[in-house]
Amino acid sequence: MTLAPFGRRLAPLAENRRIGAYQLLVVEDRDGPGDPQPGQFYMLASEERWGAGEGERPYLPRAFSFARAREGRLWFLLEDIGPGTHRLAELEPGEGLWLTGPLGIGFEASADQPILVGGGIGTAPLLCLQDQLGPDAPVLLGFRSAEHAQAAELFAGEPQIATDDGSIGRHALVTELLNEELDRRSAVGGRRSRVYACGPPPMLEAVRALCGEREVAAELALESGMACGFGACFGCVVPTKDGYIRLCVDGPVLQAQDLVPGGVGD
Amino acid sequence: MFELCGVELRGPVLNGSGTYDAIAARRVFGDELLERFPFDCFVSKTITLAPRQGNPPPRLWETPAGLINSIGLPNKGLEGFLAEDLPKLAELPVPLCVSVMGFDHEELKKLVSEAAAREEVSLIELNFSCPNVETGLIMGADPTETAAAVTVLRPLTDKPLIVKLTPNATEPDAVARAAEEAGADAVSLINTLKGMALHPQTNEPWLGGTTGGVSGPAVRAIALQQVHSVAKAVRIPAIGMGGIASGRDAADFLSAGATAIAVGTESFRDPAAGARISTELKTLSRKVREFSSGAVR
Repeated sequence: MTLAPFGRRLAPLAENRRIGAYQLLVVEDRDGPGDPQPGQFYMLASEERWGAGEGERPYLPRAFSFARAREGRLWFLLEDIGPGTHRLAELEPGEGLWLTGPLGIGFEASADQPILVGGGIGTAPLLCLQDQLGPDAPVLLGFRSAEHAQAAELFAGEPQIATDDGSIGRHALVTELLNEELDRRSAVGGRRSRVYACGPPPMLEAVRALCGEREVAAELALESGMACGFGACFGCVVPTKDGYIRLCVDGPVLQAQDLVPGGVGD
Repeated sequence: MFELCGVELRGPVLNGSGTYDAIAARRVFGDELLERFPFDCFVSKTITLAPRQGNPPPRLWETPAGLINSIGLPNKGLEGFLAEDLPKLAELPVPLCVSVMGFDHEELKKLVSEAAAREEVSLIELNFSCPNVETGLIMGADPTETAAAVTVLRPLTDKPLIVKLTPNATEPDAVARAAEEAGADAVSLINTLKGMALHPQTNEPWLGGTTGGVSGPAVRAIALQQVHSVAKAVRIPAIGMGGIASGRDAADFLSAGATAIAVGTESFRDPAAGARISTELKTLSRKVREFSSGAVR
């Protein structure tokens, strides 16, 4: 894991671009490390008017996996769904962001054959993972609709797409694509597979169950409400076979075999 | 230098118990944490005799300018803390205060005597006030209960005993006076205020522990009043906390009668908030001194 500089730092927003249903924020992080590990995350807050929105929120910073780190710039993908994401989504280039990170433990490097599985906004950390692994690894992405699926354009090569409404790609769940990919792999033989997944809790639970059944290693990037992101508040725990662990310092990427059924959501 | 109950500190800024895990923070920020350590005294998370898993999630809810937490005191237990955590906390560049909670007097005696026996420990805070655990609330909410517990613990150590007061008591002043008369060296306040939130879709309690404790700027005015009142009621030092987010806030608590202050929820927003608040406080004190010296002439 890459260490974070101590404290939060102010970084200007370089770009705020709409990509279908999502917003892509590019932040100029001159004072942060250039080599965060895919799967690590940052705590974000706007410099101005953080706490002056509807219901006098947001108050706490919000956690986001970085989608890409390139030439001192960090990419974050977000969906405007609450007071925090709403404030971030409306920021203009040049405005300041408070940034703490990179935080947490990301995806592990491995000699296994990777398969990347993403759902919705959870596709974000798979982008930098693809940058690291190269474009040959299959990328399977699930979205609600064609509008959301526009985020797939950020990936190299041709990701396989499934949508809930069938408006683009297969009218299926992304786990169906994964099951088929695993079938193909076992027919061919060769190196062990390793699934890297991030997405909504029901998707991760399905990936966990499927990989458990098929005895395939899987690393899951989970999400949980966080107040601090650095182990201080003990608020972001998830149940594992060893009891509750803090997702911010012991995750957010966890090995599927350490999780309990239903532990990532249902 | 600055002195709290006979312990020399480099300044008056502590952390609220349970709002900073210096061991986890060192994993995240490396040794830069030690070089720029944000507090003048480090207060541990509350330790209980037996290990605890804590409350089921969800444990957090954001409020206007604040936070409700329902953490439930997860910790390794006394034995695990002394063996695994204490040696790491001893590497911090500031004195250590260990916070303990016992569910009866026997547990409290064991916790206090074993913590006090360790030279790494400079002060002991008695958490009688955590609203997430039933017994904690009862002991700290009642002057007689508080006095009885402090009376039992006082002979066990010469190290300073700090009684953490709960704001969920009818008369925090009376509890503070009872603690002082029983031999406490200081009081600290406030702990979180009891609160709750409902699930936006189901209207059922959101938090896994049903209720939680409210903290952050949302509680600052209440904390300031309680500190003001308690500091007048006792002669021992009062450590003031509750929504402190700036040097200006810290100065207000000191003006209200606090001897030292603690930063809690603001550290969640900025891991280095304690250091910023210290700097702002120093700048403010200098301005006040310059102003008063000018006023004399």
